[in-house]
Amino acid sequence: MGAILSLCAVAALALIAFIGVSAGHLQYLFGVIIPYAALLIFITGFMYRVLKWGSSPVPFCIPTTCGQEKSLPWIKQNKIDNPSTTFGVVVRMALEVLLFRSLFRNLKTQMSEGAKLVYGEAKWLWLAGLAFHWSFLIILVRHLRFFIQQVPLPVRMIEGLDSFMQIGAPLFYMSDAVILLAVTYLFLRRVFIPQVRYISLPADYFPLFLILGIAGTGVLMRYVFKVNVVGVKEVAMGVVSLNPDPKLLEGIGVIFYIHLFLICCLFAYFPLSKLMHMGGVFLSPTRNMVNNSRMKRRVNPWNYPVHIHTYEEYENDFREKMKTAGIPVEKE
Amino acid sequence: MAKFTAKPDELSKIDFKPPKKGWMDTPVEIKEHMFCHAAKPKELDVVGFPNAHEWRPNDEDWKLPENWEKTLLEGMRDLLGKYRSFRLFMDICVRCGACADKCHFFIGTGDPKNMPVLRAELLRSVYRGNFTLAGKILRKIAGARDLTANVLKEWWYYFYQCTECRRCSVFCPYGIDQAEITMMGRELTNLIGLNIGWIAGPVAACYMKGNHLGLEPHTITSSIEFFVDDIETITGIRVNPTFNRKGAEILFVTPSGDLFANPGTYTAMGYLMLFHELGLDYTWSTYASEGGNFGFFTTNEMAKRLNAKIYAEAKRLGVKWILGGECGHMWRVIHQYMDTWNGPADFLEEPVSPITGTKFENTTSAKMVHIAEFTADLIKHGKLKLEPSRNDHLKVTFHDSCNTARGMGLLEEPRYIIRNVCNHFQEMPEDTIREKTFCCGSGTGLNASENMELRLRGGLARANAVKHVHEHYGVNLLANVCAIDRATLTTSMDYWVPGVTVAGVHELVGNALVMKGEKERTQDLRLEPFPGKEGNE
Amino acid sequence: MKLYDGGKIIAGLIIFFFLVTFPFFLNIGKVNAKPEPKIDTPEIQKLAEKKCIESKAFMRAEHMKLLNDWRDSAVRNGERTYVNSKGKEFTISLQNTCMHCHSNKKKFCDECHTYMAVNPYCWNCHIAPKEKES
Repeated sequence: MGAILSLCAVAALALIAFIGVSAGHLQYLFGVIIPYAALLIFITGFMYRVLKWGSSPVPFCIPTTCGQEKSLPWIKQNKIDNPSTTFGVVVRMALEVLLFRSLFRNLKTQMSEGAKLVYGEAKWLWLAGLAFHWSFLIILVRHLRFFIQQVPLPVRMIEGLDSFMQIGAPLFYMSDAVILLAVTYLFLRRVFIPQVRYISLPADYFPLFLILGIAGTGVLMRYVFKVNVVGVKEVAMGVVSLNPDPKLLEGIGVIFYIHLFLICCLFAYFPLSKLMHMGGVFLSPTRNMVNNSRMKRRVNPWNYPVHIHTYEEYENDFREKMKTAGIPVEKE
Repeated sequence: MAKFTAKPDELSKIDFKPPKKGWMDTPVEIKEHMFCHAAKPKELDVVGFPNAHEWRPNDEDWKLPENWEKTLLEGMRDLLGKYRSFRLFMDICVRCGACADKCHFFIGTGDPKNMPVLRAELLRSVYRGNFTLAGKILRKIAGARDLTANVLKEWWYYFYQCTECRRCSVFCPYGIDQAEITMMGRELTNLIGLNIGWIAGPVAACYMKGNHLGLEPHTITSSIEFFVDDIETITGIRVNPTFNRKGAEILFVTPSGDLFANPGTYTAMGYLMLFHELGLDYTWSTYASEGGNFGFFTTNEMAKRLNAKIYAEAKRLGVKWILGGECGHMWRVIHQYMDTWNGPADFLEEPVSPITGTKFENTTSAKMVHIAEFTADLIKHGKLKLEPSRNDHLKVTFHDSCNTARGMGLLEEPRYIIRNVCNHFQEMPEDTIREKTFCCGSGTGLNASENMELRLRGGLARANAVKHVHEHYGVNLLANVCAIDRATLTTSMDYWVPGVTVAGVHELVGNALVMKGEKERTQDLRLEPFPGKEGNE
Repeated sequence: MKLYDGGKIIAGLIIFFFLVTFPFFLNIGKVNAKPEPKIDTPEIQKLAEKKCIESKAFMRAEHMKLLNDWRDSAVRNGERTYVNSKGKEFTISLQNTCMHCHSNKKKFCDECHTYMAVNPYCWNCHIAPKEKES
């Protein structure tokens, strides 16, 4: 249900761009105005969401500890998964953000014959997740060639590495294949694993289809429906120099506008959605905190005095019983 | 209510197939043996919880206070503003499902709403519907829904089917911690008087009398007197504990369960013997006679109110530092919360072992030492004369408590102790210990008797791992450092893995400890004869 | 709105903002040169009919594929004749056919390739034509 709904939504978006440009000749709208608007929504929305998180304090020191804490000097501490220093946290976070450390731990729990629980390796989600995010990043970096006049060496190197197999012309990018495969896997597991299907919302399928649409139109544009790529860069350069030239928009194939419009939808949708995990992962208190709560007092900004049952009240309740039991009391 | 009678082979037939209908369209079914009785109004009134009223979970009408929706939504807004964890965990879940089969309640019930992700979605759906733009506009498409009486019942049922064990959080790529979400959920239920008796009772008792069991001061001393008598029977030595003694060097705080219920009592005997042998200058307190904190399973404020007694008593008695006994959630609270709530403990000194001179570098601010840290240090410095062969009839495995494993990281200390006081130690499978340990199934105040099916189902994953080492390596003793474990794992083992007994680590220490001037030991701390020593007397 | 851990969060957001917008900062206010490939070589000037082997539109979009196919035909299959869409024959040779007319690699090939940061590997094997520095 959610999947079909999302697929229709993405198809409708593509159609809007197609009709808008091919029949409505709204090149300026789709090529300039919407991209600016999407970027504005993305940047301000993203910042707003992060600041909103920041406006709530982290009252307690609640890292999820994995491995031995700092203890007696002869007990070997796990300094990364149970960090007692900021350096440890930085390493822990880096592993989390760059390599998806926690997901790497994933296990598959199964009930086998004789009601025995068996724990098996389950690295596919980790692998597909990592492949998807990294290929997305590489593709994003590759696209910088459209936005920078003198394309810097690192971007050219990444482009070179991505195409180093030298298959076909234009050269085949490995990241294109990887992202399509990875996103397809991520979609299929949502459909075929019953539990995952059960928890999946339209909001889970939508970005997958959107990204599939973006990557798909990109691939089509490179290999099949070729567009005037020099013209595309001229448009892009006009946009990033805040000086877009409407004349340049005419000669570019409609598939470019579909590709661009889907990207704009992704950017504008980003701050409204679960995609905000990109910023959120950095703020997760179970991962980004030092496990030093007995060494260094954490201050809760909203800590307030509470009513407690004092010792005095307690002794008043039980003085005679305490005396009989030989327990010392404050007041005889 | 009919008595729970299902047999293990019935209970372990679990259907993991989710229903055809979506979860939002599947209303909650409150099943017998899966929930705890409602709290009695008078217990809530003792500590001033709002909206205390008579109600029953399986009644149609929960007699909710007027404007309860408004109360809950305002409560939610308040918590979102107080806890970044809450707001963040509401926002960033991508529903990858990595947490799904990590939860012992999901493994034991197959109920999809026990997948941590879905348990969180129960709350998230209402959050989206009321606090996010996408949810307000797109409603169900964005996964949003309204807060209705049925949704509330679902919250209650499933937030009291989570033991805040944090195992899901270990596997979540963003560290989303269902324990945090359950804590928020329970805060909310407490705003409208929907607590459970098994939590509210101990909270009220702890507030007024100092401990969950409601032991009054003279009962505490007489309980310990019994232990002292038994120790004398076993060793010929009369230990001499003191209570509420000013000027002692160390205040000792342990969960009250160890004073009253087997097999925790044997652990308490182990403490008494160890401290006597060391000549430790320490005192018990009848006022701060609870290490555990059932308040932690209600609201943050209540937890703080109960916890405050520990520092207050340490200050009144003028001790230098505090030593804490074996307990799970007690140590989550002490390690991650106490200093923030009720510190700074500037009236105490940085803890130093009076026996070895070791400075406990990891607790220089909170100034409270875990007994496993304390004892491991003693053994490392050769300060204890141990006779591990006395435990030779035991094949021991160790259960990491959720809270000490994932909310602290106390893993090696108890293992080091066990290896020194026992000759036979066998770990359970790697994916069920340390940070991947399974809950006993009855934490966070769910260790009542009316919810026995829930407890046994929740305990299945842990029991299964014990069964594995029981069958393959002949393990017959499940050691742990948690008072709730000692009570609940006993029930779980009797059901799932008969033939395995449960003991605290310091019971094993007490058995192996050679005390100065003791008579030849023929009995263990349970007053059972050591194998080969039967009928020697 | 009070911010907690504000320093770290603001620093993170500044990095985010910079990463997203730096192409703007590199380009705002600049008038960037556009590539203008030149086809005014003496060899082309001499041609009676100034036409490439295929149409301009085809060559612009597909020249890389065509050259790739030529490479395969000539080097791998020994086939050295190309028949164009109008049935006219050409010798398959980068240096003797293409570069004969387009003798200005820098102003013809490199103009766009450099602009688009495309680095074709033609010249890994072929010797680039010698050009007078202009």
